[in-house]
Amino acid sequence: MTTTVSPARAEQAPPAAAPKRRRSSSGLALLFLLPALIVFGLFVFWPLVRSVVLSFQGTDIIGRPGAFVGTANYERLLSDPGFVKVLGVTLAVVPSILLALVVALMLQSRIRAVRFFRTAFALPFAFSVATASVVFQVLYNPASGVLNGLLSHVGVGPVHWLTDPDIALFSVAGATVWMQLGYNLLVLSAGLGALPEEVIEAARLDGATGLRLQRSIVLPLITPQLFFLVVTGTIHSLQSFGQIRILTAGGPEGNTTTLVYSIYEQAFAYNNSNFGYASAQALVLLLIVLVITAVQFGILERKVFYR
Amino acid sequence: MSQATTTATSTPERRRSRPSHRRTPVGTYVGLGALFLVVLFPVYYGIIGSLMGVADTNAFPPALWPTHGLHPGNYGDALRIIPLGNQYLNSIAQTALITAGQVVTSALAAYAFVFLDLRWRGLWFGLFLSTMMIPYESIIIPNYLFVSSAGLKDTVAALALPFLATGFGTFLLRQAFLAFPTELRDAARVDGAGHLRFLRSILLPLSRPTLAALGIYSALSAWNMYFWPLLVTTKAEHQTIQIGIGQLQSSDGDNPGMVLAGVVLALLPTLLLVIFGQRFIVRGLTAGAVK
Repeated sequence: MTTTVSPARAEQAPPAAAPKRRRSSSGLALLFLLPALIVFGLFVFWPLVRSVVLSFQGTDIIGRPGAFVGTANYERLLSDPGFVKVLGVTLAVVPSILLALVVALMLQSRIRAVRFFRTAFALPFAFSVATASVVFQVLYNPASGVLNGLLSHVGVGPVHWLTDPDIALFSVAGATVWMQLGYNLLVLSAGLGALPEEVIEAARLDGATGLRLQRSIVLPLITPQLFFLVVTGTIHSLQSFGQIRILTAGGPEGNTTTLVYSIYEQAFAYNNSNFGYASAQALVLLLIVLVITAVQFGILERKVFYR
Repeated sequence: MSQATTTATSTPERRRSRPSHRRTPVGTYVGLGALFLVVLFPVYYGIIGSLMGVADTNAFPPALWPTHGLHPGNYGDALRIIPLGNQYLNSIAQTALITAGQVVTSALAAYAFVFLDLRWRGLWFGLFLSTMMIPYESIIIPNYLFVSSAGLKDTVAALALPFLATGFGTFLLRQAFLAFPTELRDAARVDGAGHLRFLRSILLPLSRPTLAALGIYSALSAWNMYFWPLLVTTKAEHQTIQIGIGQLQSSDGDNPGMVLAGVVLALLPTLLLVIFGQRFIVRGLTAGAVK
């Protein structure tokens, strides 16, 4: 999972190094950095360079990266009509955050057993993509699944949740909403818990209550968390893979083949070994994520209300 | 936590002073209860379903609770169909290696960033942070090619190696170390404690909450990993439990109870972590979100 952290905060902290030190002691620091640097070098930075190189290469018949093909892989990718499906599961992001927000706000009011509810609602967070997907696969089963079982009571015929081309993407997104819910809730609850009591109090004394208090005071105060969740949620959804592989394998009719699933399909599934084309897709993914991160840092963060 | 006392004292007064605004919590309870049922249903059905026989799960409409007795035998069946025991051990090994590796490499790096003299400190730190912005899937192909050409496929090393360092963990521990009082460090220095000794016997024990946050976060993500283990393991006995339960479905989709038994087995460790370690999880997760 990619976690995005504002660099602004990193700079806030005062430099801890005492000014009076020998220059030569830099070597010791590098020694301490070395284990991490080796891992990053071998498994992050070097692969990144190789990804770029691969994306300009074709692949021979037994899967070895072959001749230099220029931008052919990229041209093929951009002219692919399925390319718009890149965003696929990101349609889960906003509903998931809204649902988490509603729950988090309810948990803020004075209710009994709040600890129980808080823990219970965070439980989806314990599920991995694989465990959650398998549970949803059972629930979505058209013949014996609970969802169709419940729908049959109101006379709705069996829905083919994962094989109907018009529905499959929404089914995958629905499962994804659920998977992201626990995380969103934890972040929003933490944000709400840290709100300055005086501000809420002052607003209340001014007569703000209920929805108005939530809308005009509480929501603006937690925009940093909401914004953070939109950004991380979008990035996270772009990386969706497990739920697609387990639930739909990219189908039906390729309707749930998102960018990352396509990388898998091109490079690894059915011994395709189409590493060049898949690498071009991988770099497009990187580019999209970098743009989203840059937008977060550069433009929008200034407009978000910070205390 | 100091806010708790002020809240406690101001609450009753606030409620009394404006009776017209006293909120009847009934609506909140109803809404919360409804959401509770919907959101927690997959958790409930995953666990209860793992104990239900085919007479319940394959009926239509399927039973929502066991009506034909409990079938704990589902667990035995799941363990028989695929080598879930082996896969469990693989997952444990992978999780342990990654968690330990991340804690060690992050602690060393964070120590260097905070306590050691380092030229171009900002640049190095930026390099560490930059690793967080690179989605793993965008470098997974070269990593796969490397691991496979090194002959590491189907080994625990392949499962763990790429994840032994983390920019996020370094960032988290650096924040904790920065809050460390300099006097304590100087005192330790005067007492003759070397860097490693100071790190191990003073700094890390005092940073325990952050270490716990990092440890739990690392363990959760390692245990739940899916894409990478899927690529670097081919034989069932070398795979992790996450891959195994995906396979369980395709090998016997006719017995949902047995499939869900596998899910519960894979879920158990993380479920316990989320229930009992939530405090630390929140600390780790919100490190990037809360200003």
